[in-house]
Amino acid sequence: MASLLAWLRRHVAVVAGLFTLAYLILPNIVVMVFSFNRPAGKFNYSWQEFSTEAWRNPCGVPDLCGSLTLSLRLALWATLGATVLGTMIAFALARYRFRARGAVNALIFLPMAMPEVVMAASLLTLFLNLGAELGPLTVLIAHTMFCLSFVVVAVKARVLTMDPRLEEAARDLYAGPVQTFLRVTLPIAAPGIAAGALLAFALSFDDFIITNFTSGSTVTFPMFVWGSAQRGTPVQINVIGTAMFVIAVLTVVAGQLLADRRKKNSAPSAR
Amino acid sequence: MTGTTTPTAAGTAGSPPPAVHRPPLRRALVPYWLLLPGVLWLVVFFLLPLVYQASTSVQTGSLEEGFRVTWHFPTYWDALTDYGPHFVRSVLYAGTATALCLLLGYPLAHLIAFRAGRWRNLLLVLVIAPFFTSFLIRTLAWKTILADSGPVVEFLGTTGFLDLTAFLGMTEGDRVLATPLAVVTGLTYNFLPFMVLPLYTALERIDPRLHEAAADLYASPVTVFRTVTFPLSLPGVVSGTLLTFIPASGDYINAELLGSTDTKMVGNVIQSQFLRVLDYPTAAALSFLLMAVVLLIVTFYIRRAGTEDLV
Repeated sequence: MASLLAWLRRHVAVVAGLFTLAYLILPNIVVMVFSFNRPAGKFNYSWQEFSTEAWRNPCGVPDLCGSLTLSLRLALWATLGATVLGTMIAFALARYRFRARGAVNALIFLPMAMPEVVMAASLLTLFLNLGAELGPLTVLIAHTMFCLSFVVVAVKARVLTMDPRLEEAARDLYAGPVQTFLRVTLPIAAPGIAAGALLAFALSFDDFIITNFTSGSTVTFPMFVWGSAQRGTPVQINVIGTAMFVIAVLTVVAGQLLADRRKKNSAPSAR
Repeated sequence: MTGTTTPTAAGTAGSPPPAVHRPPLRRALVPYWLLLPGVLWLVVFFLLPLVYQASTSVQTGSLEEGFRVTWHFPTYWDALTDYGPHFVRSVLYAGTATALCLLLGYPLAHLIAFRAGRWRNLLLVLVIAPFFTSFLIRTLAWKTILADSGPVVEFLGTTGFLDLTAFLGMTEGDRVLATPLAVVTGLTYNFLPFMVLPLYTALERIDPRLHEAAADLYASPVTVFRTVTFPLSLPGVVSGTLLTFIPASGDYINAELLGSTDTKMVGNVIQSQFLRVLDYPTAAALSFLLMAVVLLIVTFYIRRAGTEDLV
């Protein structure tokens, strides 16, 4: 007992850190466990009995998979828009000196420094005043807007660490501007652009607050989950949450393994 | 979220600006062409909406007769007096959640940066992993975790924790759901990764030799932390608290899903005024007031943090 206390005192920071990690992971475990529940009523909040029914029929709830595909499509388009616009801005900010730099930097920073509900509410007043019909298009416009800043930050960080001499070298070797951009600049900036795009996709796919204000009667996946908190939560929601978690973790682990192997393979020749 | 960048990186290395062959005027226009579409998007869908919201907040009228700008500023005063408690709650809950995030997040960031060794990448994945499941689903999971007479609440009750939180006005009786404690728990949980990641980045940059040097000079681990580690991690603390406090202050999801009518925050009022009551002027005024409160707190905080950093 005394030695246990001594050990605890020595490792108090580590224990606290692991406790925090448990706090972070606990809901994911609950979501996973309750995807195998057979709830007694409309709500899936208390454990009843083991069942794999929801896993065998993940689309068995009306509108669920429809909302999921809509969210995926919206996220893809928003990612495309935000990545293209954001990458252009990032290059302008990282590579050129011009007069409006400070103002543009502030314009990029502000959407990230504002509570989401303020942006959502102001967008709604814009659409109401313009008489725009709320639907997938207004959601797409809104998502592209708030993802833009995050793409700029991610791409800018990468472009700033790029060595401009690589492009000079390409030009010295008689590469045209287009060739230089496609064969040198773009490949080097690619990890930053990919990071920005992934972030934009995740933010758009999971966004609730801005979608809530701009979607009208359109139901994205987060909107579906929100509604289900009032009407009754089908087990299928937990199934989809678990599947998303597992797929994403496997992707990350696979990517890590691939990067490790590539590093190992190229290590001898790199020197 | 550094905002400003040091004006070095591009165009350094003693090189003349690239592409000298092109005519200078056309070259000078390149950045503007690159900026144009994105900046236009932000001006039309970020700045212009704020202008429209400002105008909406000084309108009077009704949904049937239409709204008109009458420069009716008392809406702001009414909103503030009617929903004062909601503002107080927002700042209080978001502030408590931010403090808890710092308290919980620091050891974890420290663990990942200094003690994890080859487990570092795995731990980082575990911090980001919760993001992969839709955050609304995870917030709903807290309903299960904090369920009345569930194991968690039972444990908190027997250890006397609930007596303490009841004394602080965070809980009532032997329930956790539908109390401020549940809302703060949800907020803390949802924004914890936004605290851990900047903290980790700041800690990871610290040269471990500084710790060794301090230890060689007979500093105890606590002194090393107090005089070396923590001051050097301050940039991470500042960006982490901002990344946590700002979104938490406008959040209405945790208060809606885990709280009760007594735990509503400003976000909840803005949402219901805009989407259910359809009282647009009041909603717009509230939204602006929230923005003002957040900006005020953030500016004050950055000033304070900035001076402390120098001392």
